[in-house]
Amino acid sequence: MALSGLEIYKLLPRTNCKKCGFPTCLAFAMKLAAKQAELSACPTVSDEAKAALEAAAAPPIRLITLAAGHKKIEAGNETVLFRHEKTFFHQPGLFARIRDTQSLDEIKQAAATVAGYTVERVGIALGLDGVAVENASGDAGAFAAAMAAVRSAGDLPLILMSDSPAAIKAGLEKAAGTTPLVCAATEANWQEMAAAAVAGKAALAVRGTGDLNALAALVEKVKGAGVEDIVLDPGVRGLAATLVAQTQLRRLALKQNLRLLGFPIIAFPGDSASAGEQAIAAGQAIAKYAGFIVLDHYAPADVYPLLTLRQNIYTDPQKPIQVSPGLYEINNPKPEAPLLVTTNFSLTYFSVAGEVEGGGFPAWLLICDAEGMSVLTAWAAGKFDAERIAKAVKSSGIEGKLNHKKVVLPGAVATLSGELEEELPGWEIRVGPREAIDLPAYLKNVWK
Amino acid sequence: MPVTVSIPKERWTGRVREITLGATAAEGGTRSHTVSVGGEGALPFLTFEGQIPRQPVIAVEIQDRYPGDWSPLLLEAWGDTAKDVATWAKKAEELGADMVALTLKSASPDSGDTGAAEAKATVQAVLKATGLPLIVYGPGQAEKDNEVLVAAAEVAKGERIVLGNCEDKNYRTIVAAALAHGQLVVARSPIDVNLAKQLNILISDMRLEPDRILMDPTTGALGYGLEYTYSVMERLRLAALTGDSMTQQPIICTVGEEAWRTKEAKVNTGVPAAWGDWKTRSVLWEVLTATTLIEAGADIVVLRHPESIAPVAKAIAGLMAG
Repeated sequence: MALSGLEIYKLLPRTNCKKCGFPTCLAFAMKLAAKQAELSACPTVSDEAKAALEAAAAPPIRLITLAAGHKKIEAGNETVLFRHEKTFFHQPGLFARIRDTQSLDEIKQAAATVAGYTVERVGIALGLDGVAVENASGDAGAFAAAMAAVRSAGDLPLILMSDSPAAIKAGLEKAAGTTPLVCAATEANWQEMAAAAVAGKAALAVRGTGDLNALAALVEKVKGAGVEDIVLDPGVRGLAATLVAQTQLRRLALKQNLRLLGFPIIAFPGDSASAGEQAIAAGQAIAKYAGFIVLDHYAPADVYPLLTLRQNIYTDPQKPIQVSPGLYEINNPKPEAPLLVTTNFSLTYFSVAGEVEGGGFPAWLLICDAEGMSVLTAWAAGKFDAERIAKAVKSSGIEGKLNHKKVVLPGAVATLSGELEEELPGWEIRVGPREAIDLPAYLKNVWK
Repeated sequence: MPVTVSIPKERWTGRVREITLGATAAEGGTRSHTVSVGGEGALPFLTFEGQIPRQPVIAVEIQDRYPGDWSPLLLEAWGDTAKDVATWAKKAEELGADMVALTLKSASPDSGDTGAAEAKATVQAVLKATGLPLIVYGPGQAEKDNEVLVAAAEVAKGERIVLGNCEDKNYRTIVAAALAHGQLVVARSPIDVNLAKQLNILISDMRLEPDRILMDPTTGALGYGLEYTYSVMERLRLAALTGDSMTQQPIICTVGEEAWRTKEAKVNTGVPAAWGDWKTRSVLWEVLTATTLIEAGADIVVLRHPESIAPVAKAIAGLMAG
């Protein structure tokens, strides 16, 4: 939470020495509050004041970055409880859990699968973000060997999971050169875990037992031991308790600016869950505030729906996803198939394409660049007019693919048909339905 | 120094209306039991700051005509059951549905153009086959909707069935039928808080009591607009809890229809290998759309695949365990 000028003034030396370049400490404080000056300009500020001011300027949920080579995943820096209030900024990292009780070949294979999995949605490549290696064996040597095997599969951000500080130390040696997350410090092991995380330049997850007071107290101790990059595991399981804990953590960070709990949350939806149960719990974690999510089932059919959900929830409501303008073929259209035009707002595209595809009609769908707006909005903004549509028709090369010269306009812009006739001489302009849902009936009954 | 965290709690002034669907013999109907939804006095499942008296329920969608245009996975799962609407209703009840959502598809001019007489016979057959409360949807074309929903309302007098959908361009006849025969309605609006509210007002203006209106904010499936529905539902629920009376209707989401319309669920030829096993991903598509919307405030989800029922029911139980 930002401090006011007066609050800052109280923390300054109040000597009016002018060394900062401003006539008084109060003037300097006002500039600091307006972010038009840097605190470093004051040569005599105390260390306590400096720490207090820096803390006040920090975001309510600390940004945590896990990285390996060119791959990195960030969580935190969120500012709202509901995506409609602004947007959710950093989509949660999805990590696949690998256990050190698996054979080294299996581990390498699994890590390579995670690294290689990619799927495209609306022109964006989606995939898993890293691997969580769990010291299920309890043996430090086996854990180090598993870590080495995972690293041989390429650059993957890492989470090291063990309750044993000795295993974590051995594992961190193999993670050299990356910025990993150590999971987790508990009431029993926090001193050694904190020391290991500091030495290994790793972030540290702090695991509670369901009580947020105890969790905050543990975080305070870990911070005191020099760990700054912290991730929270509230230590609850089950859909109801997890939703409550994660909501409370988010509210405490945003509404009360509680620094001790102002960190991303890690969730384990796959813990003793079937693939189906994991998906539901992971879906909740995505929508309700997790920053890192560890998955135990990561076959493509388990992961693709979750990646889609994450993309949906983390889409900026003010900047809808656009589809690339151009000609789309639906159900292998032949030259006699209808030509439909609409805008490149993703929801518009999906509604139209979905209806035509679902109805089993072959069609050519021409998507015009309307700057990502829906039909009526784009029309009102002058981004979906006869000139633009004509240009799209001419530049798409569609003419050579058809044995007719008819183009179907969305019903909402029927008013453009006259102008479009002038822009596209020789073409017959048809007016389709206003709503995408009426397209199947239109294509079946009206289109000839 | 011990740390004391004080849990932030919202003090909500409003609550969602509690609505009872169906009527038992004692209440003038023939249902084996009724289903009550709504009544929430807090955001979904946050029981530490308000009451969540009723759990979300699952309606299973059946049609009065073999749905040959559905995903082959759905047809395979239901098999011959889908060829007879009464058998289908019975099966849905066996599988754990809380309600049956019957679509009078055969009334569509494209697929049979049946009329009031057939609609009456179908509704009667379904009421006889199952003791669950019933939602009846028209084929989605205004003129035919009015014809068959009026017939359904008449024949189901006393049963407190739900008639859908009322939309801003076509609601009067359906609401009048609900008024005349003691039924309820679904008010469907296109993913917009104000339009949802406005339609509830228009329907209330016809003197249908607010506790006989469900609202459907229009469902976007996972990957196909889910985030719009999700946010509109969160906004509607926040408005309801802050006391905006005309947003306090329980919410129904037609999850199955939308999820099974997607390419991911409908086809498996020429799709990327990275989409994974067809059936697994398709059922998950429906389940995840349902559970995500349940966490945004859905009170009724309408599902299509028999194997989606148990996981969604289990998720509801898990969410209610708080």
